[in-house]
Amino acid sequence: MNDLSAILTPEYFSIILLPALIAGIAVSLCASLLGVSLVLKRCSMIGDGLSHVGYGTLCIAIAMGWAPMQVTIPVVILAAYILLRLSESDQVRGDTAIALFSTSAMALGILVSSKANLTTDVSHYMFGSILTMSKSEVILSVILSICVVLVYALCYDKIFAVTFDENFARATGLNVRFYNLLIAVLTAVTVVLGMMLMGALLISSLMIFPAVTAMRLCKSFRKVILAAVLISVSCFLLGLLLSLWMDAAVGACVIIVNLTVFLLSSLLRMLLQKRHHTT
Amino acid sequence: MAFLTCNDLTLRYDSTTVLTHLSFSVQQGDYLCIVGENGSGKSTLIKCLLGLKQADSGTLTLGDGLKRSEIGYLPQQSQIQRDFPASVQEVVLSGCLNSRRLHPFYTKKDRALASEQMKCLRITDLADRCYRELSGGQQQRVLLARALCASKKLLLLDEPVTGLDPVVTTELYGILEHIHLDHGITIIMVTHDVECAVRHAKSILHIGKKESFFGSCEAYINSEVGSRFLRASGESIGCRDCRSHPAETEVSSHE
Repeated sequence: MNDLSAILTPEYFSIILLPALIAGIAVSLCASLLGVSLVLKRCSMIGDGLSHVGYGTLCIAIAMGWAPMQVTIPVVILAAYILLRLSESDQVRGDTAIALFSTSAMALGILVSSKANLTTDVSHYMFGSILTMSKSEVILSVILSICVVLVYALCYDKIFAVTFDENFARATGLNVRFYNLLIAVLTAVTVVLGMMLMGALLISSLMIFPAVTAMRLCKSFRKVILAAVLISVSCFLLGLLLSLWMDAAVGACVIIVNLTVFLLSSLLRMLLQKRHHTT
Repeated sequence: MAFLTCNDLTLRYDSTTVLTHLSFSVQQGDYLCIVGENGSGKSTLIKCLLGLKQADSGTLTLGDGLKRSEIGYLPQQSQIQRDFPASVQEVVLSGCLNSRRLHPFYTKKDRALASEQMKCLRITDLADRCYRELSGGQQQRVLLARALCASKKLLLLDEPVTGLDPVVTTELYGILEHIHLDHGITIIMVTHDVECAVRHAKSILHIGKKESFFGSCEAYINSEVGSRFLRASGESIGCRDCRSHPAETEVSSHE
């Protein structure tokens, strides 16, 4: 266990912790927004699939000496589009398509990176590197997060309609395919950002946990979204603190905090329901 | 000119032809029930009417100033996620989306329309309740309010009474009657319950693998296919849904 007051010197705070805090809060916000849509549309696996694709691409990008984020984001957006089209077609079932596609991409990336002897560099993205992000990476993640939140807010009503009842939305003349694609693109951006932060292994749970917890507690879409954002950001802050104190990986700590909050919310709901039944 | 005219329509579903050479029209102020056996292509026809599916041959034309986005649609309950966390207000408001393609948020006019429709269907006091916690009949009224926000002209209902108990079913038919007569809204309803269809509709479209029928309700009852179908449904299931049970009638007469 670390003595927190010894670590948290002003220099450490401003150089390492502050950028991590800013980027982390921004990405947690995006992740929770899109997580709600993914859970409700029953495609939680897309987040997971995209993180595999993202990891594979990152490996290749680093092996080739390309800028990791600038290459990975367009590739993952393309992958999101392909996965969406695959799950729309009747020939392969959506979840099967995602599993086939994403594990192949990841295998390819690992193959390339092991040939190029890059295993140490690449493992950063398996487990996240929030405390060692470069300044330009932090700035890029904040800008992209702001874009994601803005687009989501502007399309909020339509995203609700598409998520709640696709057929009705289509019947009222809404371009459902466009909004599905929009959700996939925003998810892709969020997944890549989250991967830098929390690692490819953990990003999908970062998206799913706050959404599921919020859905257990709230009764309207708006409240679910707001609660998910709140839960996500506060779990990130607690997780970061926990990781500093225990000297453990940030991503893992954030997920453990999320899991705890989820279990607590389940317990709370059970108790509330019991009371509801007895009265 | 009619609201909807189908001419020699042929529809395929997964490369099998489900409907061939279907012709019918819906006039303004009509109350059309579409009946037919399971698998006769009712759902495929609905998709085509909504513009979710292209006709494989033949034409479907809209007239009398009706736009595609002005068809208020009430989907089958099974197609909606029952555990979705959404308030009644949010669901009803989402019916207003077609009127404001470019505007990102709901306007005051949208909100006024939504609350007007909720008042009309007597669900104003449910506005803040969670959709998934409502009873089946309440959920149908919420979806009906949403459909009415989307259209003041034509409602398309897909099996609206499936899964509802007899009392609620009668109530829903009453609401539809009210919307149809007092608000002048044209209704197209797909139903498997042919006896209720005959009781409420002005015209009937019967689609079947061997024979089809389109005409007024009286003509349907007297037609060969109609009388056979009515007899068959009367023998097998009866009209559990809309004719009140003898036991219930007794109870109410005692009161």
